[in-house]
Amino acid sequence: MWDYTEKVQEHFLNPRNVGVLKDANAIGEVGSLSCGDALKLMLKVDEKEIISDAKFQTFGCASAIASSSALTEMIKGITLTEAEKVTNEDIADFLGGLPKEKMHCSVMGREALEAAIANYRGIVLPMAEGEIICECFGVTDLEVKRAVQESNLRTVEEVTNFTKAGGGCGKCHDRITEIISQTLRSPSQKIVPLKGPRRMTNIQKIKLIEEALEREIRPTLRKDGGDIELIDVDGDFVVVSLRGSCGSCAKSQTTLKEYVEKKLREQVLDTLIVEEEKG
Amino acid sequence: MSNVIYMDNNATTRVAPEVVETMLPYFSEYYGNPSSMHTFGHKVGVAITEARSNIAQLLGCDPDELIFTSCGTESDSTALLSAIHANPEKRHIVTTRVEHPAVKNLAENLQSMTGHKYRVTQLAVDDEGMLDLAEYEEALSDETAIVSVMWANNETGVIFPVEKMAEIALSRGILFHTDAVQAVGKVPINLQESSINFLSLSGHKLHAPKGVGVLYVRKGTPYAPFLVGGHQEHGRRGGTENSASIIGLGKACELAAKHMTDENTRVKMLRDKLEESLLRIVPNSMLNGHKTERLPNTSNISFEYIEGESILLHLNTHKICASSGSACTSGSLEPSHVLRAMGVPFTAAHGSIRFSLSVFNTEDEVDYVIDKLPAIIKKLRDMSPFWANKGEN
Repeated sequence: MWDYTEKVQEHFLNPRNVGVLKDANAIGEVGSLSCGDALKLMLKVDEKEIISDAKFQTFGCASAIASSSALTEMIKGITLTEAEKVTNEDIADFLGGLPKEKMHCSVMGREALEAAIANYRGIVLPMAEGEIICECFGVTDLEVKRAVQESNLRTVEEVTNFTKAGGGCGKCHDRITEIISQTLRSPSQKIVPLKGPRRMTNIQKIKLIEEALEREIRPTLRKDGGDIELIDVDGDFVVVSLRGSCGSCAKSQTTLKEYVEKKLREQVLDTLIVEEEKG
Repeated sequence: MSNVIYMDNNATTRVAPEVVETMLPYFSEYYGNPSSMHTFGHKVGVAITEARSNIAQLLGCDPDELIFTSCGTESDSTALLSAIHANPEKRHIVTTRVEHPAVKNLAENLQSMTGHKYRVTQLAVDDEGMLDLAEYEEALSDETAIVSVMWANNETGVIFPVEKMAEIALSRGILFHTDAVQAVGKVPINLQESSINFLSLSGHKLHAPKGVGVLYVRKGTPYAPFLVGGHQEHGRRGGTENSASIIGLGKACELAAKHMTDENTRVKMLRDKLEESLLRIVPNSMLNGHKTERLPNTSNISFEYIEGESILLHLNTHKICASSGSACTSGSLEPSHVLRAMGVPFTAAHGSIRFSLSVFNTEDEVDYVIDKLPAIIKKLRDMSPFWANKGEN
């Protein structure tokens, strides 16, 4: 069973503001039956842009219902400008936290709020204009990028917990990894898919590793009187032999992991593991 | 936690009081090692022999054909890996799309993690969860090392014709394994008269404790141990025997043989009452799985347009324990692989609830669930944006 806080349980069992808001003038709908959760948020916004009433209908698990209930409580009586600043973390905090696998429920709340505000203002949300990368749950690259930036996500698993992207067939895992690394490297740049094939044959891998060694790694080591030789490549394991002064250097392990492995991961494949030839 | 209404017996069962009583002396009084030379340890060995013979009686096999393991998963892994070890030249495994992860994930790992050395055929099921035997026969080839098909499905209770399938495999010279953890004690089993090579069972599914399982290996079946170590189980499974649990499992099997009729009459009647009442009272509800080719204790019902975890947590406030095939309860984001394999629409798969009864359930408990559940379903549907507009979906 999920470790829900008392507040989550309380909002789930006795949700506030459930139902249809007849005179709603801002409606946000997110999620779908096939995704397993959906939220229809209905707001009444007055002439001063204050949210005078909010109601919701939710299909989903306990944390989805609790997040919806919490959201309506949080935004009633505040202005649209204030409501725009509400984040998914705020919703989770209001509930005393959510299990990490359930963070996407709070993200759904925030997305519904954004959709409702956009609906009121008659604009199209930029998020919807992104490229859908997760076909299973209809998540765009822009949504993933934003989650990575705002919630400081580092792994595919974390992205799945927050956005659901990658939680189905898993085909988009490589793409999510790319978005994570590109977002971290250049947060403001547009996301472009990495060039080149992701699945390399061993021969391609060996060729690229040799090129990287020749181009950059070997010249650097030679400056200190050392050298490196490629012995074998087995899957992700790259076996090398350090020569010259590197062979006897006390810091050879650091060189191997911090320099050689790091460079090969950047230039060839980010899953490579560099090991020294044994005895 | 008293007066819990426990209807989640396919997940695990209560250890029967007689089983606990049988086990207790083997913790404090007779704690010897059954392998020891002294009478004190030997006494435990004698009790294990008796347990083995009780289990053999329930399965209709020779006690020597049984190997004690730590769980159903270990039994499954041992059987499959043993078979491929015995047939290194055969690179094909036949199983089903609805197997328990203990078999499904092992087979998928063999396919993906061994450099595609193994090809795995996962047999499809129809909308009632049944296999197509013609498709099965076509799937078998000279390359097939082993067939692994569960006796009864844990989520729907659907029973597969494993005895017939084992015969077909034998006629083609192929080994046959069945994961029978849900079937043992509920379905009559006579292994002597079958062609099954390997059968897995798990103690905690039949009122014995967790942490003990059995692998049946038919005499003459090539076998390679999974856990290599001491001479226990005649070298077929290393590791000191989990004496108390094994002795408890022996008692549980003795009780299961006694309760088999009760399971198939009284428990079945309770299950049917629960199922028929809920399907009648709650609109847009449907049974998942074949109505008759099914375990007597299991009922898997979908309630459309709502989500299973929400139903379970409301049931929980009434101290009713059941389970669901919804995404939120499966630990993934997709609903159960069993329901998806059956083609259950997503509108229904997310709202599936499994009730699995045991001999400890009473009619009062069933009546209580019938009384409480419809209101829960209504409350959640009133909250669902899809319920009012269901005609549009």
